[in-house]
Amino acid sequence: MLDPIFTILPDLNKAFFETLYMVAISLGVSLIVGLPLGVILFVTDKGLLFENVLVKQTAGIIVNLIRSVPFIILLVALLPLTQLITGTTIGPTAASVSLSVAAIPFFARLVETSLREIDKGVIEAAVAVGATPWMIIREVLLPEAKPGIVQAITVTAISLLGYSAMAGIVGGGGIGDFAIRFGYYRYDNTIMITTVVLLIVIVQLMQVIGDGVAKAVNKR
Amino acid sequence: MIEVRDVTKIYKVKGKEIVGVKNVSLSIDKGEIFGIVGYSGAGKSSLLRCLNLLEKPTSGDILIDGVSITTLGKKELREERLKIGMIFQHFYLISAKTVLENIAFALKAAGKSKDEIIRKTLELLKMVGLENQKDQYPSQLSGGQKQRVGIARALANDPKVLLCDEATSALDPNTTKSILSLLKSINKKLGITIVLISHEMEVVKEICHRMAVMQDGEIIELGDVYNIFANPEKELTKTFISSVIQMDLPEPLLKNRKGTVIKIQFKGAIAEEAVVSELFQNFQVKGNILHGKIEYIQETPLGIFIMELIGDETEVKRAITYIESRIENLEVVKKVA
Repeated sequence: MLDPIFTILPDLNKAFFETLYMVAISLGVSLIVGLPLGVILFVTDKGLLFENVLVKQTAGIIVNLIRSVPFIILLVALLPLTQLITGTTIGPTAASVSLSVAAIPFFARLVETSLREIDKGVIEAAVAVGATPWMIIREVLLPEAKPGIVQAITVTAISLLGYSAMAGIVGGGGIGDFAIRFGYYRYDNTIMITTVVLLIVIVQLMQVIGDGVAKAVNKR
Repeated sequence: MIEVRDVTKIYKVKGKEIVGVKNVSLSIDKGEIFGIVGYSGAGKSSLLRCLNLLEKPTSGDILIDGVSITTLGKKELREERLKIGMIFQHFYLISAKTVLENIAFALKAAGKSKDEIIRKTLELLKMVGLENQKDQYPSQLSGGQKQRVGIARALANDPKVLLCDEATSALDPNTTKSILSLLKSINKKLGITIVLISHEMEVVKEICHRMAVMQDGEIIELGDVYNIFANPEKELTKTFISSVIQMDLPEPLLKNRKGTVIKIQFKGAIAEEAVVSELFQNFQVKGNILHGKIEYIQETPLGIFIMELIGDETEVKRAITYIESRIENLEVVKKVA
């Protein structure tokens, strides 16, 4: 009964690393771009360090725009951009482009939310001390929001894992693609269940690690 | 030192205008501890927050050491704020930083060198008595300890002024006492000007030299703490004082008195003189002390006694006239029928 699994093991192994590759790249990009974007969304708000209605609203609209497009449509719509950046529209690298674009606003909003949870008084106290806005962002906002940001990374990573399954549609590869091709199209339940179990294990692992780190950095 | 000139602060909340501070003018001297009391919503917090421009006054001007802070640019304002420390009711420490790092943050803001930061932080920790807690996080500290960290942070850059926003209101009475005595010793040792706001008259009585009472955004009474305690003018001030010096007699007790009940108040040096014993020597009246108390405000005694004078009506009158000639404050609470 387990025979089919052994025969597909090399393929499954390849798919597993493709998924990791896609999630890692898009998570990395969403952290690098999404973290500053989330900070911008927060600090340009009314009564805060860099109060700026224009920036706040522009950023807010762009974020909402991307977030309201269903990922499957975004995936196809961004093919020209993908071609431009990676030179191809097929494979995990190409899929990472759409995944990143979808994850950036998602992560940015989560960062904004965790920054919002900081007591305004703590920020005010830092202002009263005479600290520069830049110093307040680096030494007050980010450390105070660290547990929330770690949780945001976990949630984003797990969402990316889910989205990456759809990348199969445009030939992105990965576990999801594998499950569809081998399990769904060929009616091979053993393979389907195997991949689903594998995904469950990965999600659990991400959550446990994420919670552990969040707890370790939480000094409240 | 601090000159508040006709400051008004108006808040716009949902299209409505709410007056926080109304035409307040005030002058606070160098090295004094100045207290502002009032109920919540009286505008004292708004006024205090105007002093370091956490709130920008709608109109009026504020001068600190002759510098008008309302016209400063962002950078100059930051530099000015280094010289104005502030502590808060809820401490507002950075929870992700240790005690040491919280204090170092203020020094970093002033652009001090690493060596300087370490040296000064340790010195401050010693001053507030937290050397052993330096590597703990705020969540591991008690309220009083947190406020000590707040004080150390506020004093990090050797400010000229320390603003205290209800600094002891979240603390228990014993901790309040120890924080107040710390503030007092800082004031004495460093000569720093302290402005504090509180809804507790006890705090003002304990450490302030001068005080103001605020109501509906305005200062309704201002003066020396001792004089205000001895001769409060406004109803609100009297209410605040009675919260510290309880001198009311229970109604049934007062009803059953046969003689004339008077309330006398001794101020300063006279509180140490023997006015009462002279009274009984010189007049044919018997006295019965119902209530008595000597409060020490800024180390000056303020004595209040409620006594019953029993005797011939004319003699009692003469006695009262005599006391009135010796002291300023006499109030006849109940006359004989």
